[in-house]
Amino acid sequence: MINQVEVKNVYKNFGDVKAVDGVSLEISQGQFFSLLGPSGCGKTTLLRLIAGFEMPNSGDILIDNKSMDGIAPNLRPTNMVFQNYAIFPHLNVEENVAYGLRKKRLSKDEKLEMINKSLELVGLSGLNNRSSNALSGGQKQRVALARALILKPKVLLLDEPLSALDKKLREQMQSELRHLQRVVGITFILVTHDQEEALTMSDKVAVMFDGKVEQIASPRELYERPSSKRVASFIGTMNFIDAIGSKSGEKIKVENRILGKFELPQNQVSGNHINNKLTLGIRPELISINPRKSKSADFIEGEIEEISYLGETTYYKIICGKDIEPLNVSTQNSFGQMNYKVGEKVKLNIDKDNIVGFSG
Amino acid sequence: MSKSSKYLKIFAFTYLIFLYAPTLLLPIFSFNKSQIIAFPLTGFSFQWFEALLYQDALHDALKNSLIVAISSSILATILGTLASRATTRYDFKGKQASLTFILAPLILPEIIVGVSLLIVLIQLGITLNVWSVILGHTLLLTPFSIIIMNSAFNNLDLSLEEASMDLGENQFGTFYRVILPLVLPGIIASLLIGFTLSLDEFIIAFFLTGTDTTLPVYIWAQFRFPKKLPATMALGTILLIVSLLLLSLSEYFRRRSRMLEDSIPNKN
Repeated sequence: MINQVEVKNVYKNFGDVKAVDGVSLEISQGQFFSLLGPSGCGKTTLLRLIAGFEMPNSGDILIDNKSMDGIAPNLRPTNMVFQNYAIFPHLNVEENVAYGLRKKRLSKDEKLEMINKSLELVGLSGLNNRSSNALSGGQKQRVALARALILKPKVLLLDEPLSALDKKLREQMQSELRHLQRVVGITFILVTHDQEEALTMSDKVAVMFDGKVEQIASPRELYERPSSKRVASFIGTMNFIDAIGSKSGEKIKVENRILGKFELPQNQVSGNHINNKLTLGIRPELISINPRKSKSADFIEGEIEEISYLGETTYYKIICGKDIEPLNVSTQNSFGQMNYKVGEKVKLNIDKDNIVGFSG
Repeated sequence: MSKSSKYLKIFAFTYLIFLYAPTLLLPIFSFNKSQIIAFPLTGFSFQWFEALLYQDALHDALKNSLIVAISSSILATILGTLASRATTRYDFKGKQASLTFILAPLILPEIIVGVSLLIVLIQLGITLNVWSVILGHTLLLTPFSIIIMNSAFNNLDLSLEEASMDLGENQFGTFYRVILPLVLPGIIASLLIGFTLSLDEFIIAFFLTGTDTTLPVYIWAQFRFPKKLPATMALGTILLIVSLLLLSLSEYFRRRSRMLEDSIPNKN
């Protein structure tokens, strides 16, 4: 695939704060790419660097192999959807959408056709003359999208576009945005702090901490094979258990008092110093409660401390001894399923094949 | 109703009477038939307003005042808009200090400003005429303009400017298509308030007016002639009404700009 956006070793400081601290990444054409991280990790700054609102202290950003160094935002092939939408309050819907068309040499009819097409694309047909003050949050969001997409940018930048919407609308917009991206085929770069949003929408996610990119991977890889403890705990829930690891050929031998001895493939263990202390990461769904059949005979005894019922799934907190943190366990619910009670003694079985390890 | 709030009401009412009752005498006596300013009223008449029509000196003064008020309010609004844009959007060395200097005429006694300007202008050998008054008034009005424009610019969301740039407009296009329309109510309010203040201003005009008398200076001079007092009162009545109209209009525009900006969602 062709790289559409290339970020090459970019640094950006604000005074003493290193907002972006040596980031390099490549985004292919037509990809839905997310920058995910906690607030203050530099993801918005990186987006603004790509848009041209900020200039890097060093490094370069290339769009379609062209350096964007010194190029103002109005001359870049990017358009942005702002966090607060930035709808011009003195213009109506149509005037907002047509804002960027002024310099294009188009007849009035051509313009109107384009406006109507892009309003249709975002589901706002017929609202041409609606005052922008009379729009709901979701509608403003759509106007902002139409206004950006009408210019056919090579890259659409989205700065936390869904954070101001309520949960239901947010979920609806997530799938609409994903659909829209497939329809128009433009590269989308989304900034978000919401890991669920990043996972559902993106082809690829870059997880950022403290101005640096920690891991770039597909949502599935990110969830199943996080490359560091920080990524693992930021995305979803992860149980961490200390263990001893040692290299043995192509595998890593792991030993823990509760889990016993077992082996992990080398690609499931990250870090360099795999010969000593190791932290194991176990996703809640890898642990099953009172399994009928089990591949291995070894069980872990535990006592249920807390139960949260979430509809599709139930989360349990299970105490398995004083020297380890209570384990988070999730089970898929089915109707009429046997329920456990707080305080109940249970046997746990762990799918050891999918445990990941972090060292160093 | 509690006792204290009742007293507060009485106090407020008395206060308003003392503040505005003398002003109300102006229109009352301007419609009075008698030349003597005293009760009882002798009858209703338009004669003093009519008399205004035949005073050439008054017409000259009015013309001067209008030239001064229009010019100085435009000049002050341009300067105030630029200064306010600079201080609200950019950070630079000496920002606070220069802002304090520009706003100083607000608290300096006008008589000090007037005398100092007079000395400087005479030393420079500049003839005193409407232009010297325009300069003095611009100095006086700029701080008001800055205060009005600051509130307009502070409410202007930076992301709107960025959105405009992002959609392909350059700095000038952004100013013309986004910034200007959004701060326009502020600019109009600044012009109207500037015009009203300049039209009424006496002290600086008195020092700098030379031979081109402005309206307030003319009115002050008329008080030496008891015969002309009722006509002056009629003039005062007209000025009062015009001022009230202009101030209400500027307040309307100020509120409208507030409303426009309040409609921008969740500013962070």
